[in-house]
Amino acid sequence: MTGTPVLRVRNLHKSFAGIVAASNINVDVADGEVVGIIGANGAGKTVFVNMITGYLKPTSGSIEFSGREITGIRPRDATRIGVCRSFQISQVFMTMTVLENLLIAVSLAGKERKSLLAPLRSRERIRECEQVMERYKLTEHRDNVTRTLSQGVRKLLDIAMAVVSNPKLLLLDEPTSGVSSDEKFRLMDLVMNALKEQGTAVLFVEHDMEIVQRYVDRILAFYQGEIVCDAPPDVALKDPKVIEYVLGESHGPANDSESALGAGHA
Amino acid sequence: MIRSALSDATIRWTIAGFLVLALVGTLFPNWILNNTMFGLAYGLAVLGLLLLWRTGLVSFGHALYFGMGAYAVALLERYTGATDIVMRLGAAMTVAGGTGFVLGFVLRHYRGIFFAMLSMAFSMVLYGVLVKTEALGSTDGFSVSQTTILGWQPQSKYPLFLAIVGLCVIATTGVQLYLHSALGHLTTSVRDNEIRVEYLGYSVATAIHVKYVISAALAGVAGGVMAMALGQVDPDSMVNWTVSGELVFITIMAGPGSVVAPFIGAITFEFLRTFAFELAPHAWQLIVGGTLLGIIFFMPEGLWSLTRLISRKREKVR
Amino acid sequence: MQTTFTILLDGLSYASYLFIVSVGLTIIFGVMKILNVAHGGFYAWGAYSAAYAIGLAADLGFPDWFGFVLIGLSSMGVGLVLGLLIERLILRRLYDHEEVIIILATFGLFLVLEDLILLVFGVNPYFAYQPMVFLGSVELGGILRDVYSLTLLGLAALVAFACWYALDRTKWGKILTTVIYDREISLAIGINVNAVFVWTFVAGATLGALGGAYISPTLSVAPGIGIDIIVLSFAVVVIGGMGSIPGALIGALMVGILRAVAVHKFPEFELFVIFVVMAAVLMVRPEGLFAPVKARRI
Repeated sequence: MTGTPVLRVRNLHKSFAGIVAASNINVDVADGEVVGIIGANGAGKTVFVNMITGYLKPTSGSIEFSGREITGIRPRDATRIGVCRSFQISQVFMTMTVLENLLIAVSLAGKERKSLLAPLRSRERIRECEQVMERYKLTEHRDNVTRTLSQGVRKLLDIAMAVVSNPKLLLLDEPTSGVSSDEKFRLMDLVMNALKEQGTAVLFVEHDMEIVQRYVDRILAFYQGEIVCDAPPDVALKDPKVIEYVLGESHGPANDSESALGAGHA
Repeated sequence: MIRSALSDATIRWTIAGFLVLALVGTLFPNWILNNTMFGLAYGLAVLGLLLLWRTGLVSFGHALYFGMGAYAVALLERYTGATDIVMRLGAAMTVAGGTGFVLGFVLRHYRGIFFAMLSMAFSMVLYGVLVKTEALGSTDGFSVSQTTILGWQPQSKYPLFLAIVGLCVIATTGVQLYLHSALGHLTTSVRDNEIRVEYLGYSVATAIHVKYVISAALAGVAGGVMAMALGQVDPDSMVNWTVSGELVFITIMAGPGSVVAPFIGAITFEFLRTFAFELAPHAWQLIVGGTLLGIIFFMPEGLWSLTRLISRKREKVR
Repeated sequence: MQTTFTILLDGLSYASYLFIVSVGLTIIFGVMKILNVAHGGFYAWGAYSAAYAIGLAADLGFPDWFGFVLIGLSSMGVGLVLGLLIERLILRRLYDHEEVIIILATFGLFLVLEDLILLVFGVNPYFAYQPMVFLGSVELGGILRDVYSLTLLGLAALVAFACWYALDRTKWGKILTTVIYDREISLAIGINVNAVFVWTFVAGATLGALGGAYISPTLSVAPGIGIDIIVLSFAVVVIGGMGSIPGALIGALMVGILRAVAVHKFPEFELFVIFVVMAAVLMVRPEGLFAPVKARRI
């Protein structure tokens, strides 16, 4: 690993009213690296993602992004400096069309706040959105209201909205949960190839080991709020602790009753 | 700016509509002129509530700003003698917008029922002050003298009417342009998904605050227009919670579909009220209440959805 | 000293009256999550029907004490008829709408109820002083007070006790608590939530009507009497915590005493102070001073 890591997490700890949800977490992520986060439900994966993107404040410890301390940052500030995320349950504007969703995302990603008062549908913005739709195979859904679309398409849109600002670090929370199994690989191929082109570092939470193995450079395995293994996939998936604590339990699709941000569950 | 405004079909039609109203207004007898002005005043306030409604917020306290605007006009005259329309409306807008800016810091954190209740509490505070202050005429209020226009004292009501129509054109165009901007689109976005807005890097609280101040300023101007058109101010017809209720009622009736709808809705409301008082004085609230229930049951998009129904039929015919 | 006593007594009797009206509002909110503006309509209907019945009974030569029976009967009648009709015909179809839309619907209902009063009872005020005359007056702290206003305290205590008993000591109360806590689970364990809603609404409406009916002998029952009480009982319920019965009690006491102090010492602040407290509570503790169920801020 050379130079400053994109993400440096030191001794991160989080507890909810005495219940430990994350403890002693230390992670470095390099530029453009793809890291998979695995672990059973309630192991602390989403809590980890939520702390990095500012939805939850850590109880103690520090988070650095490109050498800059961002512990306890607000979500919108995290987004502005280049830490973006997608959601386990896609968070899109349900009554708006795909194009409108992207237009909003593109306009808010713009550096100039002044341009927010200019008409939303400018020619350049629409062109930019069309390119994004092209890259994420959303063109055919361009003028459909997102409420009418399938989970898989909404997931794609959710991720596309997170990447239009060209973040340096992207966190994907269970990108394939709720997506049908034949759509999964198509979706992940699209997303991961696009991200590779942009050189974005990616941390993604995933239950499906096939997906994990196929895309990641490294695995972080969570168990009871701690990282029990941090290694490349071929090593990690053979690690006895990972086999016992993570793979031993069913690693089927995520529990649907979990909230969008998983904030409540430790 | 002007060119981009005129490229918008809604704005072109709105301006055309108001021009027609201004022309037809020359033929109006005084009572129709007055009623139309009341309708336009309500329409301005509803235009502001439409912004909040699109954001998913219902204020049960916009009579606060309506009343403030009206009393600002009246008090400006009492203490400085100023009766000029620009000063009057400027005062109304500043006082209401300023108060909205301050209260906005609190209200922007509230949603749903809590937003409605807190706005109501704020408005009832002003009501409580006004009804008990003898110096301000308590429940009777006090009168406002005729409006001058840049030093000129018109002999009829028409010039004031014309000025108000002009004001409505400006307000409607402004709101329409705002709604078409990126910031303006954050109405529906905030209503749909606040988390996503935050994670796109924009503050939901700020987005709501901006809309709240705009709506407060519009309600203030509306109150100022009402005071000028009515020639007097009083708490029960301008500040009580029932006024906020009426404004929300017109908002729902008009529907969130268009910036013209508030004016059509409000003018219809005013004339219905006048006729109902003539024909069935004890059934006015029955009509309003029944209509409100009917709209909630059958037309969730408001009366404006009728136009869409018509245009859809037309498309089918083609 | 004497003023303090007067303020206290005034405050308590006003608080009692507010409590009787507000407790109905808070029960409906607690169980059904509906902030019912039409509650002011129940209040007005209670007042009108009691005043009308008392006047009629007096004309027919019934003794004055019979007025109390009529107050009870008319509030139950109003609660049963209006409560059933409104819940069954209108609210039932709106439960899946947003809460703000439901408030608007009840505002529409309130307007309808107001005008129905004018159509049924006319525009002239009614006076039903007979029960008040019947009880006479006593000297308390050097001031002559009518006994009737003092009985408000007793009635409020009775209502409070009845609510506590019904919720805490009966099977019905347990069912109600379950529904308040979680509607879905109640359905799943076989509670007839529909029936709970209907009877809650009827009970709440009856209490609103009782407030109006019982206060009617002390004032002239005229058009528009429901308008002020609705915002006052909103203030009471918000201060105490929407859906909480002890909250309604505390809220009513606070508003009652505050108003009495204002009326005697600073008359210009009578209304102002109530809504300042309401706004302050919403700002500091939006869920109210005695929140029963977790309330949402965002």
